[in-house]
Amino acid sequence: MSARDKYEAVIGLEVHAQLLTSSKMFCSCPNVFGAEPNTKICPVCTGQPGALPVVNRHAIELGVRVGLALNSTIHPVSIFARKNYFYPDLPKGYQISQYEQPFCTGGEVPIQLKDGTQRGVKLTRIHFEEDVGKSTHHGHGTRVDLNRACVPLIEMVSEPDMRTAFEAGQYLRALRNILRYTQVCDGNLEEGNFRCDANISVRLKGAQEFGTKVELKNINSFRYVEKAIDYEIDRQVEMIELGEVIQQQTRGWNAAKGTTELMRLKEGAADYRYFPEPDLAPLEITTDWQNEIRKQLPELPQQKSERFQESYGLSPYDASVLTAAQELAQYFETVTNLSQNAKASANWVMNELLGRLNAASVEIDQSPVSTEHLADLIRRIDSNEISGKIAKTVFEAMFATAKAPETILNEKGLRQISDAKQLEKVIQKVIEANTSQVVEYKNGKTKLLGFFVGQVMKETKGQANPGVLNELVKKLLDSQ
Amino acid sequence: MNTIQELLEGYKKKATQPSTVAGDFLDRIESTNPKFNAYLEVLKEKVIARAKELDGCAGQMENLPLYGIPIAIKDNILVKGWSATAGSKILEGYRSPYTATTVERLEAAGAIVIGKTNCDEFAMGSSNESSAYGVVKNPWDETRVPGGSSGGSAAAVAANLCLGALGTDTGGSIRQPASLCGIVGMKPSYGRVSRFGVVAYASSLDQVGPFGNCVWDNARLLEVMAGFDPRDATTSQSTVGSYTGRLNSKTLNATTIGVARDWLEGVDPEVLKSFEAALATMKAAGAKIVDVAIPHARYGLSTYYILAPSEASSNLARYDGVHYGHRAKGVDSVESLYSRSRGEGFGKEVKLRIMLGTYALSAGYFDAFYTRANQVRALLKKDFEDGFQKCDTIAVPTSPCTAFRIGEKVDDPITMYLSDVFTLPVNLAGLPGISIPCGLDDKKLPIGLQLIGRSYDEASLFSIAHQFEKLRGHFPRAGAK
Repeated sequence: MSARDKYEAVIGLEVHAQLLTSSKMFCSCPNVFGAEPNTKICPVCTGQPGALPVVNRHAIELGVRVGLALNSTIHPVSIFARKNYFYPDLPKGYQISQYEQPFCTGGEVPIQLKDGTQRGVKLTRIHFEEDVGKSTHHGHGTRVDLNRACVPLIEMVSEPDMRTAFEAGQYLRALRNILRYTQVCDGNLEEGNFRCDANISVRLKGAQEFGTKVELKNINSFRYVEKAIDYEIDRQVEMIELGEVIQQQTRGWNAAKGTTELMRLKEGAADYRYFPEPDLAPLEITTDWQNEIRKQLPELPQQKSERFQESYGLSPYDASVLTAAQELAQYFETVTNLSQNAKASANWVMNELLGRLNAASVEIDQSPVSTEHLADLIRRIDSNEISGKIAKTVFEAMFATAKAPETILNEKGLRQISDAKQLEKVIQKVIEANTSQVVEYKNGKTKLLGFFVGQVMKETKGQANPGVLNELVKKLLDSQ
Repeated sequence: MNTIQELLEGYKKKATQPSTVAGDFLDRIESTNPKFNAYLEVLKEKVIARAKELDGCAGQMENLPLYGIPIAIKDNILVKGWSATAGSKILEGYRSPYTATTVERLEAAGAIVIGKTNCDEFAMGSSNESSAYGVVKNPWDETRVPGGSSGGSAAAVAANLCLGALGTDTGGSIRQPASLCGIVGMKPSYGRVSRFGVVAYASSLDQVGPFGNCVWDNARLLEVMAGFDPRDATTSQSTVGSYTGRLNSKTLNATTIGVARDWLEGVDPEVLKSFEAALATMKAAGAKIVDVAIPHARYGLSTYYILAPSEASSNLARYDGVHYGHRAKGVDSVESLYSRSRGEGFGKEVKLRIMLGTYALSAGYFDAFYTRANQVRALLKKDFEDGFQKCDTIAVPTSPCTAFRIGEKVDDPITMYLSDVFTLPVNLAGLPGISIPCGLDDKKLPIGLQLIGRSYDEASLFSIAHQFEKLRGHFPRAGAK
């Protein structure tokens, strides 16, 4: 038993998600990514004297949507609060957030475990917050871009409810999936519209008390989530084993080195002097409004998975793979509708397409094989126009060239020959070239039928329709 | 033509035109402002251009309720292109990038912004002595303060350097200087007037209000600028209506005036005498006088000096030397940029209140101070609600004393803070209050009567004040002695 097996990790995640509103949280500036610095700003989001915040109702709607999707409690009255601290990219000297009375508490995020079972990771709360600007450091100084200042965020805080890096990774993927399904957030860690901080501590298995927690920041890619958390767990276990004391601190993930590094020590909690934001009335979310938002909720991953099993006869595993991302589910459903063959659609998407996409690092919505083309291919197999074997060759070419099956069949001469007249000519030729085998066949050696079929296949470079071919060969041999 | 009402009549009779009037005021400002220091900025060319533009709009006079009226704006209210120092060095040189809703509405009604007026730094003060740009002198006696924080606006009206002015009132900053300068000043109900474009001091208490030479002028200014503003989430949707049209809607014989005797401690005898005389005058005209109790008024001062500094400590965090305003030179770190820019930019009183507020909001103290103060605030509100079960208005002196000497209280903050004992509770309760001159003391300094009204019932308050004003008769102007 290794040292690590004696310990268990306790992991809680804090996720900041930028909401997909057209304007900012408290002003009418556009909420867009990647504009020229300081071009999407106004007196309100730059904190000019006298400017006042006004709540963007659409942002509230998106937040409530997430709360409803996660079965959380939406509170009819919540309070905006000021979080006071100085930072150059924080123009007002405070961030408008929610503190003692957030709009949403409880709920859970369903995650899939390694053995295929599901469990819910409990949420503590979701609250609204405005984003801050962005500082970039250049040789001699720091530049501040306020385009992002005042962009609406929700902060989702989980309970310390996860025990492994895998669970944490699954939680993040599931949460992102729900945010995308509900069209609340792009869920893009790299672009920073979905940001994650992890609180990690370790303790001996069976211990009741939590260990000292370390806050891990800068996990800005899904590829590193598990790696970073695992590294941090190992580091803490190693320290404890060496008799060292874990200090409460903030660490950052260094992707280049594959390690976590000290950012700052936390000597006592920072005092943000929270108090109710006097410029905003308490936020009221009426039952009517909630119901209105509930009506607009799209089908969520779990519901979709259940429907796929029921309507398309998919296995629970296949259904969960195909609903892991909304785009993927949509791709599968489109192919199924066009091809009228759910099982084949699922197989082609899961066994042929996904692997190739992953290897090429291409997202499903950028797939070179369009839904129409894949459905077309499946229809051609089902109508016996091409064999499964040829289909695989065609698919390979479709993925490489993004061309239609029709085009590839023509270009490569892979079209299946089902036309009796055309086949009869070839069969006739084979019969004439193999007269001794014909005699043997006539004398009762019927298993020679396979020999003739094989010869025709060879002549047609495998394009002959096997079913049609079998019958024709038999018919022509018998008539000799 | 000494009032807005008279000047509007004058325009109607074509006796004069905006450019002539603006020219007269500009001349007077040029010759006498150096004496009073009421204005911090007068952009002469802008004023003349605006007045000429209005000369050409004489045909639309009927639709412009403030046609050609020169108005002074306290320098903590933003007017695009003008200064907005809020009386502080930290905003020296700052140019407003936009216009406050209140000023936008006044301008849309035909008013001429004639200048930006001096005030206590970030509206923190009762004497105008905390301004980074020098004290304002009281037009009644230049050795005395005009009151504060809107001292420049009050002095400008009293010295006839404009016909009306805007101030802000967080704890008495309109009513107290109006009282000390012998003019009418009113603080509307919280949420009645937009705060968009008003440099925030204590957001849950700040209100913009008018100064003028009579109740009618105040009513006109307020009816133009009051009402819901989509850019200020704390403004009320309740309807405004015409205030000038309802000045006679409430007669004194249908009015009950409440007097809270337990509140009237520490009042200068001359002020008290004048106050009692005002009550007697109204009683003689048919008003009923009843006793009411506002037992928590005595905690008004301590409650205010927890809540207002708490909010201020946060509101003033934006002046950090990073984005605009004063930036210290030769700093070597972001921490020293903050501490030195703020250290150099803020004055003593502002630093005092920022520290008070920061302390009150700190972990471990929050409940004992901020939360407790809010509980007292709720009790105080309840006191007034109960009081208004028995009366239509509550009367108190506006200030416990008349204008004091420059420098007299500057080293004793508590004595200074006591100037506002009769005004602070009104802000805490969010109610409207108006100060009307009611007499002169033995030094020939003006005394103000404050009438407090029901929430959002400015119409009745103006009407009662107007009835008193008629009974009182002509009130002398500063310098007329």
